[in-house]
Amino acid sequence: MEKTWNNRAWFLVLPVLVLVAFSAVIPLMTVVNYSVQDTFGNNVFFWAGTEWFEELLHSNRFWEAMTRNLIFSFIILAIEVPLGIFIALNMPKKGWGVPVCLVLMALPLLIPWNVVGTIWQVFGRNDIGLLGYYVNALGIDYNYVQDPFDAWVTIIVMDVWHWTSLVVLLCYAGLVSIPDAFYQAAKIDGASRWAVFRYIQLPKMQRVLLIAVLLRFMDSFMIYTEPFVVTGGGPGNSTTFLSIDLVKTALGQFDLGPAAAMSLVYFLIILLLSWVFYTVMTNYDAER
Amino acid sequence: MARIDVHHVRHSYLPNPQKDEDFALREVHHAFEDGGAYALLGPSGCGKTTLLNIISGLLHPSHGQLLFNGRDVTNLSTQERNIAQVFQFPVIYDTMTVYDNLAFPLRNRGVPEADVDRKVRETLDMIDLASWAKKKARGLTADQKQKISLGRGLVRSDVNAILFDEPLTVIDPHMKWVLRSQLKQLHRRFGYTMVYVTHDQTEALTFADQVVVMYDGGIVQIGTPAELFERPRHTFVGYFIGSPGMNVLPVAVEGRTATLGSQRIELPGVPKAAGGAVELGIRPEYVRLGRDGMAVQVGKVEDLGRHKVVRARLEGRDIAAVIGEDETVPAEPKVRFDPAGINIYADSWIVEMGRVEVGA
Repeated sequence: MEKTWNNRAWFLVLPVLVLVAFSAVIPLMTVVNYSVQDTFGNNVFFWAGTEWFEELLHSNRFWEAMTRNLIFSFIILAIEVPLGIFIALNMPKKGWGVPVCLVLMALPLLIPWNVVGTIWQVFGRNDIGLLGYYVNALGIDYNYVQDPFDAWVTIIVMDVWHWTSLVVLLCYAGLVSIPDAFYQAAKIDGASRWAVFRYIQLPKMQRVLLIAVLLRFMDSFMIYTEPFVVTGGGPGNSTTFLSIDLVKTALGQFDLGPAAAMSLVYFLIILLLSWVFYTVMTNYDAER
Repeated sequence: MARIDVHHVRHSYLPNPQKDEDFALREVHHAFEDGGAYALLGPSGCGKTTLLNIISGLLHPSHGQLLFNGRDVTNLSTQERNIAQVFQFPVIYDTMTVYDNLAFPLRNRGVPEADVDRKVRETLDMIDLASWAKKKARGLTADQKQKISLGRGLVRSDVNAILFDEPLTVIDPHMKWVLRSQLKQLHRRFGYTMVYVTHDQTEALTFADQVVVMYDGGIVQIGTPAELFERPRHTFVGYFIGSPGMNVLPVAVEGRTATLGSQRIELPGVPKAAGGAVELGIRPEYVRLGRDGMAVQVGKVEDLGRHKVVRARLEGRDIAAVIGEDETVPAEPKVRFDPAGINIYADSWIVEMGRVEVGA
C-alpha cells in the first residue's frame, strides 16, 4: 500500500507534547535554572556556575545518604525476593484459598504510603504501640526514636511488610502460567522437589523476578514517605536517605541552589539505573 | 517392558460419584500386551487421557486395579512405576542443554555418570539429535523439542511402557509423518510397549497394531485397523473411523432380508435376534454406484484427487458412496450394496450374522 506522507500529522502529537512540557520539561528546566544560580529570595539571582555541583560531589553528607540508600535497597531486596518466592511457592494453586490469599497479599499494596508510615510509627512506639510495648515487655530494649539500629529494623520490617506482596504476586503470576504437563513430566523423570524448583519454576519465574527486582530497587532507592513519617530521618541522620536529605536541603534550609543540583544528580542516577535495567532486560529478551 | 492389565478401572473427577454419568471413565477392563503398539482413539472428552494418566500414575483411579506384569501397582507413584510419558505440548527444561535434558531422568535416579553418558549418546543417535547435544534446549523447533521429550523416556532402557498423549498436535504436518515413522521404527527395533492417545484416526491407524476406540468413557472396540474398518462393533466406530464415515440406515429385518422404505436388501447372513432399533451399516467404499439396484438422487460429487465421494439420497436418507477417480455418475444412478460390507446393528451394537462369505 502507498504510504501517505503528511507532516501535518505532527499536530496530532502536539497535545501530548504540551502536556509533557508543562508537567515535566518546564519544571525540570526551572530546577536546572536554580542549580546554576544562587538566590536570597526576592527573585534576585547570582550566577553560580558549577559551584553547587562541585560542592555536592565533595560533601560527605551526600555520599553518606547515598550509602545508606544503597545499603537499604540491598537489604530489602535480599529479604523481599527470597521471601516473596517462598510465599508464592506455598500459595494454593486452586480452590477457595486462591482469592483469599490474593486479597490478603494485595492489601498492603493498597494502603497509601503515608498511612503505612503512620501505622508503623504508632505500632512501634514503646508507650502506646502494640509492637513496641510488647517487645519491651519481653525485655528487649527497643526504641526506634533513639536507637539507630532499632530505627533501621523498623523501617526495613515496614518495607518488607509493605512490598513483599508485590514480589509474591509477580512470582505467583509466573508460577500459575506453568502448564501442568511440566510438573507431570518432572514426576515421570523422577525429579526432586528442589530440581522442580531449580529447573522448572525458577526459569519460568526469571522474567517476572527481573521485573520485581527492578521495581523494588527503584522504589527503595527513591523511598521517602514512610521513613519520613516514622523516623523523620533520625535519630541523628541515621535514616536520612537521599530523598529525605534533598527535602531537608530544599525546604528545611531553603538552599535552593544546592538542592536543585542534588535533584539533578539524583535524577541522573535514577535515569542511569533505569537505562541499565532496561538494557539488561531487552538483551535478556533478545537472547531468548 | 511390561504387560499392563487395566483391571475393571473406573474413574471420576467428582468426590462422590453416584450415577454412571459422573464417571469420566465408566469401566475399562483390558490388557495391553508386552511390546504391543496400541492407540487409544476417540473424540475429545471420551476419557482416553484419563486412562493414560491412570496407567502412568498421575491419576489414582476411583475403582479398579492396575497390574504391571501381574504385580499390583495401583498405589505406586509415577516414579516407582517406571513409565515414560510424552505430552501434547513438548516439555523441555529450558535452561539445560539438549544433553542435560536427556541426562536429567538418569541423574535424578542416581545413575553413575559414565552410564549416563553412554545412554544419553545412544539416545541422541536414536532421535537424531547428536549434533545438537551441546545446544540450549530452548532454541529448538517444536518437533525437536518433542523428540527430546520422547528421548527422556527412551534414555531409561528399563521403562515399563512409553505413553503418548497426542504428541504430534503441535507438530507441522510433514514432520508429523516423519516422527510417526521414526516412532514406528523405534517400536520395531526395541519392542517397547507403547500406548498412543490420539483423536486423529490416520495417526492411530498408521501407528498401532491394535486400536482401542473409546467413546463416552468406555471402550467400544479393540481391533486391528482392518477390523475396525470392516466390522465396526458400534455405529460410533463406523462414523468415527473412515472418511467419510459409515452410512447407517434404519431398516426392518426379516430373515435374510432388510427392508428400507420400499427397497429390499439381501443380507449376507441371518442376523441373530435383532431387537430394538435396527440399523444397517455400510461403508461408502462398499456402495456400488451404477445402472442397476436402488434408485438414488445424487446431490453433489466431491473430488478428493484419488477418488470421488458421491453424496446422494436413498429413500429419503443421506448416503455417501466412493467411486474411482475415473468413474462418472450415470444418468439414472442406482446403488447396490456389496454384501461383504453390510453390517446390522441393534441399538447401535453389531449383531452377528451367520455370514455366508462369498468366495471364502
